[in-house]
Amino acid sequence: MSWPAQLLSRAKFDLLIFRRNPAASFFTVILPIIFLLLFTAIFGNGTLASGAKVATFYVPGILGLSIVSATMVNLAITTTVRREKGVLKRLRGTPLPPWIFIASQLMMATAIAALMTFLVTLIGWLVFGVALQWSALPTLLISLVIGTVSFSALGLALSTIIPSEDAAPAITNAITLPLYFISDVFLVGEDIPRFIEVIGNIFPLRHLVQALQPAYNPFVEGTPMEWGHWAVIAAWGTFGVVATMARFKWSAE
Amino acid sequence: MAHAIEVRGLTKSYGDVHAVRGIDLSVAEGEIFGFLGSNGAGKTTTIEILEGFRTRTGGDVRVLGVDPATAPLTWREDIGIVLQESEIEGELTAIEAVTVHAACFAQSRNPEEVLELVGLSDARDQRAKKLSGGQQRRLDLAMALVGDPKLIFLDEPTTGFDPSARREAWDMIDNLRSLGCTVLLTTHYMDEAQLLADRISVISHGEIVARGTADELANQVAAIPRITWKPGTGPAVPGRFGAALEKDRMVIETHDVVEVVHELTTWAKAEAATLDDLEIARPTLEDTYLRLIGQNEPDAEEPS
Repeated sequence: MSWPAQLLSRAKFDLLIFRRNPAASFFTVILPIIFLLLFTAIFGNGTLASGAKVATFYVPGILGLSIVSATMVNLAITTTVRREKGVLKRLRGTPLPPWIFIASQLMMATAIAALMTFLVTLIGWLVFGVALQWSALPTLLISLVIGTVSFSALGLALSTIIPSEDAAPAITNAITLPLYFISDVFLVGEDIPRFIEVIGNIFPLRHLVQALQPAYNPFVEGTPMEWGHWAVIAAWGTFGVVATMARFKWSAE
Repeated sequence: MAHAIEVRGLTKSYGDVHAVRGIDLSVAEGEIFGFLGSNGAGKTTTIEILEGFRTRTGGDVRVLGVDPATAPLTWREDIGIVLQESEIEGELTAIEAVTVHAACFAQSRNPEEVLELVGLSDARDQRAKKLSGGQQRRLDLAMALVGDPKLIFLDEPTTGFDPSARREAWDMIDNLRSLGCTVLLTTHYMDEAQLLADRISVISHGEIVARGTADELANQVAAIPRITWKPGTGPAVPGRFGAALEKDRMVIETHDVVEVVHELTTWAKAEAATLDDLEIARPTLEDTYLRLIGQNEPDAEEPS
């Protein structure tokens, strides 16, 4: 089989496995939607001082969470499970080039991220009246691509420090939950303490969320280039790639 | 004959622990080769070096003419591996698992045919996680076969099987012969090696302690035939026979079976002694094997 066919075949089955795993589907697809509906219901969709609706911030916030969930959480857990169960070792015993395995995982994560972008944007628009700003669409797409690739790399890197299948969900949650709170995902507004903001700025998620915001901001002008945010996310992604290459293992023990 | 596997003086050490201490193996093309040893004998270390999963400390290794340590990925086109502990993606059906695995190879067999070959056609649409243990191992074998390999590594294919599942697995492995595959089978069951393997090497504490066909192996340890019976009524057997009581049976160990049996039965008839349940038996290969790996037992763990 030629490599494009190999890549498509693997990506198709990776998606199939994801779809048939109820826990993965729930946490990655359903839960972010519930969060979006719930947070807006709890905190209301009032109008902020700037004149924008609260949901204008929740939509990109939840989209950021969805990306992390579809890429980093998803890949960290599935890769750990596959390593511990011997699935990776079996693959390594075949002539399949490792990059095809990695690329198919990336394609699966990208497909889920794309689905989530569509769903979150659609609900934001239909339920909360947050319209997509077409002029900032390139900003959104560039941010999504950089975010998806970088957080996927971080997911693979994270799998290398997770010792067992059982520990995988716990460790990823322990990392992502606090991250959501310091990255403008759940809490929006001006009341966040300065030091939280400083810490949040060290990590890539706050930058991703802020790079996603222009596309939903009714006052956006033109096509903002979020170079600073993109640079930080890409730097983390590069770290993820380097850490993965240094530490990746094909079998347990 | 061309060799699928050639190993000369293979060693593998982990610090002071010498897991493999200079072994030689040669596996001819098309044969089923049994690599026999108990857990911790160096069996898995050796096979993983041959599979290219582990590096070696010393020696020369050629698998399908290539050194596994430096082999290109294309080398794996001709190799099928059934790992001891490797689960299948549980959410995939049997046919899906074989199909996605087939995509790893440039050339592959038809997944439907491979399922047929291992007798899983009826379970083709069942999720892997719903298959029985025996069916899952067949699926393992199907995945190893789908790349149309010249050489198959089977690492303890029946460990943990019930007797009927073992028998089915044996039939299947025996069938690999007709596909023209070379098979390296590791096992810690002597009966399995005896039944399936054309030739056997026995590894113990990192060294080959015996090699040959099953019959040759049995001859390597001075296997003295045993004449046994249940002592009954009538006079005791004379001392000149050298018989001894073992549990509830009288035992004579002798190489001269015909002569001794003749004398014994002549005596029994003359004296009206009974020789209930009279048996002549060669030690089983299992006994031979236990003796073989027993011989190598003392101070074998000492680092040399």
